[in-house]
Order: sequence, then structure tokens, then C-alpha cells
Amino acid sequence: MLTLLPLFTVVVLAVVGYRLGRRRAAALASRGAPRALHSLPSYHGSYVALWSAIPALAIALAWLVAAPHVIESMVVDALPDDLRALPAGELDVLMNEIKNLADGYVARAPSPAVQAATDLTNRLRGISAAGVAAVALALASLGLLFGRRRLVPDLRARNKVETAVTAAMLGCSTLAVITTFGIMLSLLFEAIRFFHVVPLGDFLFGLQWSPQTALRADQAGSSGAFGAVPLIVGTLLVTVVALLVAGPIGLMAAIYMANYARPRVRATIKPILEILAGIPTVVYAFFAVLTVAPLFRDVGARLGLDVASESALAAGVVMGIMIIPFISSLSDDVMNAVPRAMRDGALALGSTTSETIREVVLPAALPGIVGAFMLAFSRAVGETMIVVMAAGLAANLTVNPLDAVTTVTVQIVTLLVGDQEFDSPKTLSAFALGLLLFTVTLALNVIALGIVKRYREKYD
Amino acid sequence: MTDVLARDLARARNPAVAARRAHRRRAAEARFRAASVAGTAVALLTLVVLLVALVGQGLDGLRATRVALDVAFDAATVDPDGTGDPAVIAKADFNALVKEALRARFPDVTTRQDRKRLNGLVSSGALYELRDMLLDDPGVIGTTQRVWLPASDDVDQFAKGHIDRAASEAERRVSDQEIAWLDALEADEALQTRFSRIFFTAGDSREPELAGIRGALVGSLLTMAVTAIIAFPLGVATAIYLEEFAPRNRWTDLIEVNINNLAAVPSIVFGLLGLAIFLNVVGLPRSAPLVGGLVLALMSLPVIIIAGRAALTAVPPSIREAARGVGASPLQVVAHHVLPLAMPGILTGTIIAMARALGETAPLLMIGMVAFVVDVPTGPMDAATVLPVQIYLWADSPERAFVGKTAAAIVVLLGFLITMNGVAVYLRRRFEVKW
Repeated sequence: MLTLLPLFTVVVLAVVGYRLGRRRAAALASRGAPRALHSLPSYHGSYVALWSAIPALAIALAWLVAAPHVIESMVVDALPDDLRALPAGELDVLMNEIKNLADGYVARAPSPAVQAATDLTNRLRGISAAGVAAVALALASLGLLFGRRRLVPDLRARNKVETAVTAAMLGCSTLAVITTFGIMLSLLFEAIRFFHVVPLGDFLFGLQWSPQTALRADQAGSSGAFGAVPLIVGTLLVTVVALLVAGPIGLMAAIYMANYARPRVRATIKPILEILAGIPTVVYAFFAVLTVAPLFRDVGARLGLDVASESALAAGVVMGIMIIPFISSLSDDVMNAVPRAMRDGALALGSTTSETIREVVLPAALPGIVGAFMLAFSRAVGETMIVVMAAGLAANLTVNPLDAVTTVTVQIVTLLVGDQEFDSPKTLSAFALGLLLFTVTLALNVIALGIVKRYREKYD
Repeated sequence: MTDVLARDLARARNPAVAARRAHRRRAAEARFRAASVAGTAVALLTLVVLLVALVGQGLDGLRATRVALDVAFDAATVDPDGTGDPAVIAKADFNALVKEALRARFPDVTTRQDRKRLNGLVSSGALYELRDMLLDDPGVIGTTQRVWLPASDDVDQFAKGHIDRAASEAERRVSDQEIAWLDALEADEALQTRFSRIFFTAGDSREPELAGIRGALVGSLLTMAVTAIIAFPLGVATAIYLEEFAPRNRWTDLIEVNINNLAAVPSIVFGLLGLAIFLNVVGLPRSAPLVGGLVLALMSLPVIIIAGRAALTAVPPSIREAARGVGASPLQVVAHHVLPLAMPGILTGTIIAMARALGETAPLLMIGMVAFVVDVPTGPMDAATVLPVQIYLWADSPERAFVGKTAAAIVVLLGFLITMNGVAVYLRRRFEVKW
């Protein structure tokens, strides 16, 4: 919690600065002619508070980010020569041990040299913590005095404060872009390291997936196999089952809500169906494991079929239930957007309601419905918990929904849960799969949104 | 040609043919309508089945079986020197008290193996309850008290009827001998299944009868706090900037496209981001609610921004023009007039985003929040788990008794989600202004 001390200091000083600034501005106003201030006293207060907080926080933050690296290099410099001459990998391990010791995690009694380095680390950390607090305090005080001295009746305090606030909001809005780039960079960076070991072609077109790398280099099959085709086929199989369940049910529900149901019935049913989208996926997963999978296995056994206990069918059906509202709500919206006049025209020519729906409403709403299906598809491809718990781990290359399959998301989870070493292709392959998933869902969404948008422009 | 047309027309005018066709079309209409009603009904029915199955199991998991035993708080075992010092009492061999009480209840059990089985009826957590009881009231030392102690998970499952008495002995987890003991206890009214507090007061445990959701609840609370503190201000600031201040240019378009796409990125990808950036680059601790909160904040941001923008757009321009007219600066217009009017809508969107984040599991698996954590976390840097992950962990446990626990945890989670969504709906109904 010592790291919060500088922050606390700065906040207190900023509050003091605000009050001092406001009082000073009030004093200025009472001395001069009435209405002599350009801005309200509270803006003068905020102006002083900003001067006191921003420079101090910026420097303190930079210090806190840089300090561990500076300390590390100082500790390395102070190590005895024989330790410094270690290869880079071993030196990293050693530095990690020293850091853990300094944090108070003692695994085994350290050698004298390591103990000395640990003591040095602790001393440097203490100095750094004290230093950052002192610098923050000094900068905040200086900023406060500086800002207060600049207060004059003519000061355009409001404009300056507003510029600062607008800049801060602009900064916030770039976070979305930074997040996207963060996702792309982190996935790309690790995936490229993976593709150095496993060529892209082998990854995308390989038919064998068994990421277990052997412990010893001379063991059989030590390289592992990283062909993603079984995972892609498995994902598609589960998704197709889901769409076969959700498609007809969702579409029929949408047709009922948009064409047959009275407004009050529709206003009740739609939110109730949307509850299905709000239930956490882990709950669906439990439902699949507890109820649906045993049911399918028993029914299959009675029919003489061999259904795996973790079948693609069970996972797909439950996932289908989850995505019903994606299809029903969106399709309902687009069918409602079909102009009244088109329906009335068809009805006036003597067609029944169902003929109107089939011949007029559905064709007119088709692009939007296709968009809804694609969004549901993308959602199902990226869905994780249901398949993790209900679809299993066996990377079978099969299109039989009664077999166990595995999916891209399941493999990401299995590869990354637990301890990982970040130089083995096993761990890195998860990022390659993540990149694949990200690219595919992004493409699906862009296309789906494009279709929905183009359709909207047609009637508005 | 005209012949064909005339023939068709004549046939169409034939009353019998027309009636048949009308009948066919009406039947098709009825079929189509029935199909649409059936689709809706199936969807609603699945929801009901899902909820009934889970709530039924969950109520089962909230109850636990207890065994009443006459425990003799023998001073020689508990506090041999008569010190009355809590530190001495806390270290006493309470297990011996439980064993002694069981032996007194069933004196005819003699063989070592049978005794071991007999002791297995009572949960290993019973000694802690006895200890707390003595520490609360040292006066019971030297007396014999009838105490309700938690039963082991197998006894619990048997008492709830999940173990079939008729199955052959090798196929069930409770032996004939144990059933005989339990029947004897039952006849004494010394076996009871009732609502259990342990579920809400204990952390996770390997023993189903001792496992609770306290740790996961606190973990969820801490994670949600971090998420809200980060996502709400950032989301609102972004929404205000984009809606009220941003110039229409390429940069703004890029931001908007990004936000829309981020809203559709699978949640597990955010977990990969958290693993690569927050853990490996920044070096934050694994399993910490702080990291979980950061990841979920990034995930909820787009939702909050989109809801915030919708709420801001709903405020009519006349409000802004009037404020500008009396001399407010652009920022004052937003801060004093637009934002307060849009706040209910923004809050509604934020609560819905938080509800989604509360139910999220996959990204938290990536950053190590799946550890088996017994202690209730006390701060955002402690190792912790959250409710959905706890559900995942319990659902993966082989013991039958964890099924009830899992469902009970799901009921608690759904309770939170329904409450949050209810608050959101209330806010919308109560404060929504139609302009």
C-alpha cells in the first residue's frame, strides 16, 4: 500500500489547492471592481488544483514505471563477476529469485551473494519509495504555489480548465483504439513466435492436433502436432448444431412476435426471451452437463446409438438455446422495419397473413435476418464455457455430432489454465488460435453489420 | 392461349374448386401460425425447464444434513489443567470428543474398521464447530450436551434420497452397516436435513459439506468494484466526448468502428489480452481481482459507451440550445444540463454491462482466477476466485454432493443478476423522460 502514499499526498494537496485558489479568487474579486473576475472562483480553484496534481502525478507515474528496471540493472551491476557472467537465461532466473526473496517468498536458503543482492534490492526499493513520495510532495507543493501565483482577475481560468477536461475526455476515448491495438499486438506478437516453430501452413492445414510436447528431446513425438483443422471442424460442427436449433426456433418466434402477437403480448415475450441471452454461459454449461448430455446418452442408448458422454450434439443444442434471442430479437426488429404499406398491399390483393409473411415480409427482411444469423454464428464460434464443460478435449476429426469433439476456445482454455512456460510452442499455440478466433469473429461482425446497415438504408 | 386462360378462369370460378383452394390456403395459414406459436412456446419452455431444473437442484444444495450427538465435554480432554485459557482450549483434541460421542451412541461397534466407518459419518469440519462452541461458552466444559454436527457428504446425499437403498452394496457409497446406523439415528430423530448457513459463511473446501461461496462472493465484489471504478468514468467520458464534442473526422470514425467491433469480440480474447499485457508485460499478480477487474472493465467499456451515447442522443437539442443561449460554455451545457438528464439511461446501461461482467467466466480463467482458494480475499491483490468460476470449479468436481452446491451457487448468481436487471428496469421506468 506504500505505492498509494504519493497518490494520497497529491490528492490532499490538490484539494488544498482548490480551496486556496477559490479563496484567493474571491479576495481578488472583492478588492477590484464588481464582476472583475473573468471566471467563477471555483474555476480558479480547479485551475490551481490541476497545476498541483498533473505534473506531480505524471512524474510519480513515470518514476513508478521506471523504478523496477533501474533497480534491476543496479543490482545486476553490483553482482559478483562470476554471477554476472552467467548466460542471459540463467541470469533471468537468478534475478527472479532475488526479486522473490525481496518480496518475502523464501524458497530455499540463498547463497551469500544472492542474499547481498536481495538486501541491496530491498534498500533500493526503500529509497525509491521514499524518493517518489518526496518528489510527488515537492512537485505538488511547487505546482500549487505556481498556480496560485498566476491567479489574476483576468485569468481565463474556465477556458483553461475546460481545455484540460476536454483533453482528458479525448484521452479516454482513445482507450478503445488502444485496446484493439493491444489485442492485435499481443496476439500477433505471440503468434509470430509460434509460427517460427510451426509454419503457418502446417497450422492452418494440418490434420493432427496433439499439443503435448515431450519433456525430453529424445522422446517419441516430441515435437507435438499443431494442425488446427480438427479444432476448426469441431467448432463448425458445434456451431452448426447450435444454428440448427436456434435458427428455426428463433425465426418462428420472431415471425410470431412481429406478425401475429398483439403489441402487449410481444412486449412481454420479447424481454422474457432476452433473459436467455442474459444467463451466464457457465450456467448453460452446467445445464448441459447435468441434464442434456445424460438425456441424449440415454435416448441414444435406447435407440441403439453410441452417443459420447461429451457429445458435440449436447453442447450444440444448449448453445443453440443460448443464441435463440440473438436471432429472435434481431429478426423481429428487421421484420418490424418492413414498411406497413408493403404488407397492406399484399393483404389487399387477397393473400393470407402467412402468404404475406412468406412472399413479402421475409424477402424484404432477408438481409437483416441473414445479418442476425451471422451475429449469432459469430457469438457461437467465440463461446467458451459451454464447450469447455460439455464438448470435451478429444481432437477428433469428425462430422458426426454424436462424437466428442473439441473447439478452438476449449483448446485455448486448456493450454493456458495452470502453469505455463512462455517459450514452448504449446503455450504460444493458444495465442495463434486466439488470433484465428479474433480474425474470424471480426470478419463475421463486419460483414453482418454491413448487411444490416445496407438493408436499413433501403427503406428509411 | 386464350383457351387455356379461359379454361383456368372457368375452373377458378367453379365454386367447388374455389372452396377447396380456400380450404387449402386456410389450412396452410393455420399450420404456419401454429408453427410460429410453437417456436415461441419451445423457446419459452426451454427457459422454464432450465430455471426449474437449476432452482430445484439449488434448493437441495442449500440444505445440509446434521447429526445430533451427546458430546461429553470432558475436562481432561479439553482443558486438563483447568486453566480456562482460550489458547489452551483451542488446541484441544476435539476430534476425540466426536469419536467418543459416536462410540457412546453405538457401543457395540468394536472392530477398528467399523469404528473408522462410524467416525466417517460426521464431517471433518465438526471439530471446528465444537471448538467455536467451547470458546464462546467455556461453561459447558465438564457437561454433556446434545449437539447438531454436520454430517459427511455421503450421509448428506443418503439423507436427501440421492443414494438408492435398493442398489447392491458395492454400487453405492454408503454400506449396509452405515445405513443401519443412520436408520437408528433417524429413529431417534437425531438426523435432520435443514437450511445450512455454512454455504454462505465458508470459503471453498475439498469437502462438499464444508464448502461455501463466501470467498467467491467477496472475490466477485472486489472484481466488480475494480471494473466499475475503471469502466464507468472512462465509458461516460468517452461517450460524452464522442457525442458532444468530437469533430466528424477520420479519427472519430476509427474510434467508433473500434468500439462497435470491440463489443463483439469474444470474451476469451480479452482474457488473452489480460494474460499477455497485464500479467506478462506489466507483471501484476496472477489470480488477483485487480487484474480480473481490469480485463472485465475493458470488456464492458464498449457496452457502457454505446448505452451512454444512446442516452445522450435522447436528450433533445433544445436543452443544449437553451443553455447555450443564456451563456453556458459547451462544457457547462453538458455538465449542468445534458449529463444529469442522461444519467438514468447511462446508469441503466452500466448496470446491464456490470451484470454481464458478473456472469463472465472465460477471460478470468486466462488470468489464473481458477486457483483453489480457501481463504476469503481481503484486498484486490489477494488470490481470489469469482462466483461463475466457482461454479465452473464445483461443476468439475467428481463428488455428487457438489452438484447441489453448484446449483445453489447458480441460484445465488442468478439472484444477483435478476436484482441488478430489476434495478436497471426500475431506473429506466422511474426516471425515463419522453421528450
